[in-house]
Amino acid sequence: MCTVCGCSKGNVKIEGRAPGGVKFPYRSHHAHAHEHGHSHDHDHDHDHDQHHVHAHPAPAIPAGRAAEHQPALSQQAGGAALHYGQGAAHAHAPGLSQARMVKIEQDILSKNDGYAAQNRQWLRDRGIFALNLVSSPGSGKTTLLAETIRQLGHDTLVYVVEGDQQTSNDAERIRAAGAPAIQINTGKGCHLDAHMVGQALEQLNPADDSLLLIENVGNLVCPAAFDLGEAHKVAILSVTEGEDKPLKYPDMFAAADVMLLTKIDLLRHLDFDVDVCIANARRVNPKIKVLQLSSKSGDGMDLWIDWLLLEMNDAQLVKQREVARLRQQIAALEQQLQERS
Amino acid sequence: MHEMSLAEGIVQLLEDQAKTQDFQRVKQVWLSIGELAGVEAEALEFCLDVVSRDTLADGARFHFVRQPGTGWCLACSQSVAIHARFDACPLCGKHQVQVTGGDEMRVSELEVE
Repeated sequence: MCTVCGCSKGNVKIEGRAPGGVKFPYRSHHAHAHEHGHSHDHDHDHDHDQHHVHAHPAPAIPAGRAAEHQPALSQQAGGAALHYGQGAAHAHAPGLSQARMVKIEQDILSKNDGYAAQNRQWLRDRGIFALNLVSSPGSGKTTLLAETIRQLGHDTLVYVVEGDQQTSNDAERIRAAGAPAIQINTGKGCHLDAHMVGQALEQLNPADDSLLLIENVGNLVCPAAFDLGEAHKVAILSVTEGEDKPLKYPDMFAAADVMLLTKIDLLRHLDFDVDVCIANARRVNPKIKVLQLSSKSGDGMDLWIDWLLLEMNDAQLVKQREVARLRQQIAALEQQLQERS
Repeated sequence: MHEMSLAEGIVQLLEDQAKTQDFQRVKQVWLSIGELAGVEAEALEFCLDVVSRDTLADGARFHFVRQPGTGWCLACSQSVAIHARFDACPLCGKHQVQVTGGDEMRVSELEVE
């Protein structure tokens, strides 16, 4: 296994799938040179405007690396003219340069966003309302989910995707609370991505008009950038953490539409200033919706449950309208067919 | 942030492009990274070097073009320059600024053969 990023085959596990059965689109071409002891002693001579050229003079290179570094240097230097397209150094035929420029302007996350769009469409077609729950480890996500499942009761179908580095403890807790759950173990990965969630959805097969709760890996940094196809990201912050967390991890609170302030039953024991915390969240994201609750005492849970039911209802309506529109189309086509025959 | 995943995404993107645009080697890559994208250029550069070994981008040079952060101040009703997501508006000092640019990360241009 790679000690840099933790990648290795079979590292990502989704319950119910053989360890090797999880396809991982970002890591398929993973030929990176783990066996090389040095993975960064190249000499990018930063010729973009804001950087100076630093071609690492030989004395600066650690003795052990000098031998392997030198050829790289000369190779780079020799290729410099070609790099700038100022000649046909490597062209085999006179006057013909093989090097060319390609303008692509592609978003680096476009691959993930493509999978996320597929997930979103899949969920929309089925009237499923999906949330991506993000927080630091220990904010009480799983407890909140278990309590939410209990309060929604048997009338509401809830499905849960659990993301953790290791163990299926959380999925087991959710199942004990009465909802079907599937665990994704990311191995050394720090976030869920849309492709993992897509595969988990196939496995979990949530019913139409249900609620899907995706509990991301406990991490306030990486999951911010990865769209999973959810309707909203929900950032969970417990009052035992700092009021300034939204400022310390602005990307996450900017990406979230909702912030849940949890464990409010503990407020009387703490110096946590709720108003300052909310003001901090609004500094990062002026539109963020804030709910305060405690899974343990039940305070504020009714507003959270009401919001969930309302949003689920909207998702179901979207599906019903789409179905009605398709039926109308069929009726119109059948009408046309009858007129011809 | 997860620069390793991003580096893998970039190499994957280059490999996809190699098929559609018909090239075998990537020699230089220009990445456009917004000031507010949450990406550390140095960390990404390190990861790219590791991930690109033995791929079509082995030895390629990666250039980072920083895009400035911009936002729309709701109070001033105009576009302003910001350097972090929670920056106050430089004109009125209020925190009602919504990010409008500088949060992107793109592969913009390649030199290939």
